[in-house]
Amino acid sequence: MTPILLPCGDSALTLQLGETVDAGSNARIIALARAVQAQVDSGALRGVIDIVPTYRSLLLRYDPEQIRGARLGEILLAMAAGPAPAQTVGRLWRVPCLYGGEVGQDIEELARMKGLAVEELIALHASVEYRAFMIGFAPGFVYLGGQPALLDTPRLPQPRQLIPRGAIGIGGQQGSISSVPGPSGWRFLGWTPVRSFDPGRAEPFLFRAGDRIRFYPVDAGTAQQLAARSAAGDSIILPEEVPA
Amino acid sequence: MSLQVLAAGPMVTVQDAGRFGLRHMGVSSAGPIEPAAMALANALVGNDPGAAALEFAGPAGTFRSTRPLRFAVAGAGCRIRIDQRSLSPGESHRLLPGETLTIGSPEDAVWAYLAVSGGIAVEPVLGSRATHLRTGLGGIEGRALRAGDRLPLGKDAPETSCLRPARPLPGFAPPRDTGAIRLILGPQQDYFATADLDRLTGMDFIVTPQRDRMAMVLGGVTLTATRGHDIVSDGTVPGSVQVPGSGMPLVLLAESQTTGGYPKIGTIASVDLARLAQLPVGARFRFALITASEGEELWIAQQIRLRHLLGDLVVKPEGALSSDYLLSCDLVGGIYDPAEIVRPVLGHEPDR
Repeated sequence: MTPILLPCGDSALTLQLGETVDAGSNARIIALARAVQAQVDSGALRGVIDIVPTYRSLLLRYDPEQIRGARLGEILLAMAAGPAPAQTVGRLWRVPCLYGGEVGQDIEELARMKGLAVEELIALHASVEYRAFMIGFAPGFVYLGGQPALLDTPRLPQPRQLIPRGAIGIGGQQGSISSVPGPSGWRFLGWTPVRSFDPGRAEPFLFRAGDRIRFYPVDAGTAQQLAARSAAGDSIILPEEVPA
Repeated sequence: MSLQVLAAGPMVTVQDAGRFGLRHMGVSSAGPIEPAAMALANALVGNDPGAAALEFAGPAGTFRSTRPLRFAVAGAGCRIRIDQRSLSPGESHRLLPGETLTIGSPEDAVWAYLAVSGGIAVEPVLGSRATHLRTGLGGIEGRALRAGDRLPLGKDAPETSCLRPARPLPGFAPPRDTGAIRLILGPQQDYFATADLDRLTGMDFIVTPQRDRMAMVLGGVTLTATRGHDIVSDGTVPGSVQVPGSGMPLVLLAESQTTGGYPKIGTIASVDLARLAQLPVGARFRFALITASEGEELWIAQQIRLRHLLGDLVVKPEGALSSDYLLSCDLVGGIYDPAEIVRPVLGHEPDR
């Protein structure tokens, strides 16, 4: 996996590791993003405006009046070629999920497609630890990997116009937690009262790339109570402590 | 102290320089489609270039202010009236309480800017007042303006003079380059066959009506990604030229999503992105390839020219006929009423 640079115009560039999606290269990208951020914070690296880790790529936006892309590319390649920065274990979040219901409108069809009872589908979805590969597309929107292969499901041919915040979905091999209402072609099996994005909260974004997520089922009454706390600006859930 | 919206066009939003440093959390910058034009409007009323102003496509609307202010429209020719008086874009004017300001549609471009002295002082969200319509962030409740909105005004220095550029500007905007739209190949140009890369620069593209603050869809030429139209999602930027399965290129703008799963054949040069976005529907244009380094040089030169322009504004005579200036104006393109110049607005008195 030799890192390569890809041009993204005259004020951004991308460093890419390999062609495939795996937790290892994703962890390397996240560690590299953290290392670049540290250089920016210390003042050693100027002119970097955005540091965007994705599945297997790191995009940097820069101000050409402060640093030229050619120079920034050299720095980035050197950092990627150097000793791998320490990879940290992501924080673990346990996310309550009201399976089925209005938002989880596809759960019965999904169960039928997989030849499972709804309860078995829920148990399967809640049985694994997901990895937040990246945050992207919309504010706080988390792309989850690590889904059991049986749950892989193609997207709908026609996107639905309005999927509410908190919808828990499946798109191909990926999982998601909707952070803002909007159109989506994914299939949805549940809803969480957890708000992964709330601009009015002291910590507007809950998850970050590299975090680990587990779902657990809750009943409608519990979900409503949690939703009320959520609406009041409460984070509801906290990540489990990760030993340093 | 507020600017009251009596009527609003369909696409009027509060914008400032935008949100930066949050793309890794899925938040794109928003901010103006043509930052240089908004900077000019702001400079004409004595604001910082990135102060919050209004961006409009289509008619801006009708406004009243509860305090005296200076305002300026830049980015495009445009009909402007205070009550029955016609005024010119590209320079600042005074608006007094009780007067009604009406601003029409951009006439030779798509996006234009109305800046008011002191700026629009809505509460910043995630560090910016810029409206992000797709996600409902910033501005007024994250949406376009509508009748009845009251926009809080920032602190103003009321004795400040009205300003105009030392020389009239064609199009009432900082000078835009002409000719082909410059493009830098990548990051996924290797998804496309050589023949399609040739078509990219050898044929006319057409601006289609499918356009908003997020993106614009191009017609005229369809492109086929021989390696498929799905990639492992990676980062996007304003100017990214995505090619979805339809083959119609999609140019991302200020409100773009932060990541995307379509191959990106190229990225519009920073210096030309606003120029492309300002082309009217149906306009035909060509792409010309440049390197990233050439794009940087062009951008740096443009920023230097812009700073010179913003630093070279002159005080507008008020209450006195300025025939030299009037004669130097291109009256064919603009709407210019001499009565505006001869009318003793406030003399050199401070605002009441």
